[in-house]
Amino acid sequence: MLRFAPWLITTLLVGPILAGLAMAVLPAFGYLPALGGTDFSLSPWQALFAQPGLWRSVAISFASGLVTTAISLAVVLLFLAGAFGSRLDRWIRRLISPLLSLPHAAAAFGLAFLIAPSGLLARLVSPELTSWERPPDLLIVNDPWGLALMAGLVIKEIPFLLLMSLAALHQLDAERRVAMARSLGYRPAIAWLKVVAPSLYPLIRLPAFAVIAYASSVVDVAMILGPTLPPTLAVSVLTWFNDPDLSRRFMASAGALLQLGVTAAALASWWGLECLVRRLGRGWVTGGQRHAGERALRLAGKGLILLAAVTALVGIAGLAIHSLAGFWRFPDALPQAFTWQHWQRALPSLGGPVTATLTIATASTLLALGLALAALENEQRSGRHPAQGRLASALTLLYLPLIVPQIAFLFGLVVVEALGTRPTRWLVIFGHLLFVLPYVFLSLSEAYRRFDPRWMRVALTLGATPNGAFWHVRLPMLLAPLLTAMAVGLAVSIGQYLPTLLLGAGRVPTVTTEAVALAAGGNRRLIGVWALMQASLPLIGFVIAVGLPRLLWTHRRGMRGSP
Amino acid sequence: MTLSPPESGPMLDGSLIDDLVFDKVQIALQGRMLLALDTRIAPGEVLTVMGPSGSGKSTLLAFAAGFLTPAFTAGGRVCLAGREITALPAEQRGIGLLFQDPLLFPHLSVAGNLRFGLPRAVSDKAARVEAALAQIGLAGFGERDPATLSGGQQSRVALMRLLLSAPRAVLLDEPFSTLDTALRHEIRELVFGRLREAGLPSLLVTHDHADAEAAGGRIITLA
Repeated sequence: MLRFAPWLITTLLVGPILAGLAMAVLPAFGYLPALGGTDFSLSPWQALFAQPGLWRSVAISFASGLVTTAISLAVVLLFLAGAFGSRLDRWIRRLISPLLSLPHAAAAFGLAFLIAPSGLLARLVSPELTSWERPPDLLIVNDPWGLALMAGLVIKEIPFLLLMSLAALHQLDAERRVAMARSLGYRPAIAWLKVVAPSLYPLIRLPAFAVIAYASSVVDVAMILGPTLPPTLAVSVLTWFNDPDLSRRFMASAGALLQLGVTAAALASWWGLECLVRRLGRGWVTGGQRHAGERALRLAGKGLILLAAVTALVGIAGLAIHSLAGFWRFPDALPQAFTWQHWQRALPSLGGPVTATLTIATASTLLALGLALAALENEQRSGRHPAQGRLASALTLLYLPLIVPQIAFLFGLVVVEALGTRPTRWLVIFGHLLFVLPYVFLSLSEAYRRFDPRWMRVALTLGATPNGAFWHVRLPMLLAPLLTAMAVGLAVSIGQYLPTLLLGAGRVPTVTTEAVALAAGGNRRLIGVWALMQASLPLIGFVIAVGLPRLLWTHRRGMRGSP
Repeated sequence: MTLSPPESGPMLDGSLIDDLVFDKVQIALQGRMLLALDTRIAPGEVLTVMGPSGSGKSTLLAFAAGFLTPAFTAGGRVCLAGREITALPAEQRGIGLLFQDPLLFPHLSVAGNLRFGLPRAVSDKAARVEAALAQIGLAGFGERDPATLSGGQQSRVALMRLLLSAPRAVLLDEPFSTLDTALRHEIRELVFGRLREAGLPSLLVTHDHADAEAAGGRIITLA
């Protein structure tokens, strides 16, 4: 049975994506009998290109993909170079998991409440510095350049790239490399950038690609922080798709394909930038320069990540304050009174979506965990180890759902729905599985592959069967990484907006879809309640992942600290 | 390189019924011959295989125990107690293994580790475990966390766990190399004494001459 696991995973990941893309291509060229399109034509494309502001949408989506990734990656690399081993380093490392588990939408709302003209920042400096007695008429959130959107994405992508980098650094023996370079007279941060960063980047290239793809096609964050007239391409496509005029679905399909092209173009441009940086960097690495810029590098490394982390945390605090705020005049930094009223009013409607969110998250995570365990156990038993780090390995397939824009292939799957399948909770669970599985697998695989093979050998030579050894030795010993992978899976599922919305046909409300739906309304108290709820659900998983092993292994010293 | 057998070639007749037999065993890595072994180990005998690192000592153990990775190719047969075990999965070979480290399962208690070794069919498990602990001077240690035991105590529990699993032969992979000198002597005596007492054919792999001498059996040196 185990032998089929890799095959099953590949089919599960690749099948729906190919099917979805195929089913987006047909209507994009006018063919969709269910909606009366029986002839191939270019009219959906003509309609698409006639949309006002289309190219601006395209440009912002493209730029958002590249700028977000470049800034996030730069912040992460500067931090690793400049703060290695410092107190800030330990503090940030402890913050990664909670920041990573924070859903994109909640982080976006937090940022919006912070930087809006009537937001916390403006209140803190008004009226003393600004002499604003009323919120200024500025378009900060939803700015036409998409800067707020990019900022919101950067806050969320930094922890992701940082976690991926820290995992990859295990393989690089970074400390000894830096020590060697320092003994040759290089200052620490420069040493790190010259001898570690060039080897690190190839190992985090796929995660960087995933960030580009995500940032260029994201929907929920763009609906909260992104420009509105016109919105980003992905948001436009979703609007056309939801148009009561069903014939607009042809144009929406063409738009989904255009999105695929925009993301592909962003990836290609990134690749070009990579080549450029590699060429320019080669001279710099061997140029012999040892000191210049060290202080600036260290300052930037610490300052930028601090700014991002504090922004995220203050944003969450802002959500909490808004959810409890009574009357709150503008330049006042804090509300005049606090009240539970918003929570009490929201409570009856919270129950259903919270239950749905947790059910879907638990089901998709358990499915993903089962599949990942089966594939990894098969890999161990067959003694075949996958080629890591190489682009053309099975790992690339894991990244496929993260690199193909959601909106491009989910549409195709929903077109299938229009042909007969009914939107059910199971369809949503399956849709989430596509995105949960890669993260669960990536999170679990490292611990699994590093697990000392002698443990299983001892168990087998003592007469345990392979399955017995799996259940009684490997699983208990890997409990901590297993629970972490589960927490990651839950967090990924809880944060999913587009798959829930599209595959559930809007009839499977979760905290995420409800919270994002409130964005247009602008009731900040209510948004505070829902976004805070959305932010706290994934924390449950991480609390369990940290607490349960401590509780279980109180009297097992050898199990403290990961195996 | 080839090792000539110290005695005439092994045969599977009645007199060898409990022997561990290596019948024209050859192991190669990517076409390059790594080692060859053709010998038999009698009950209670400890055969020592010596050689520098990279000479294939551990590969030989992996082959005998059933853990050879697919990168290696092996020829010949391994027979134990009159039946061929070359193709059997590790858990059905009846071969026990002592590693460099005690490798007590960190999530189980000391008693849990010993119970893990006992075959499922054994009925009075608690009594057997308690008796085993008493034999190695650790009576009453059953509920202890293995991580709280000293290195010597851990080694003794690991040996007992192995013996409780009732193997028909034992492989030892430099089992004393991580112990300090004083302890090494004590544990060596204990291990070889117990193995002889149990009448098990044993194969010791080491690069320490003192180990080989203490084992007191034939010595084969790999180059």
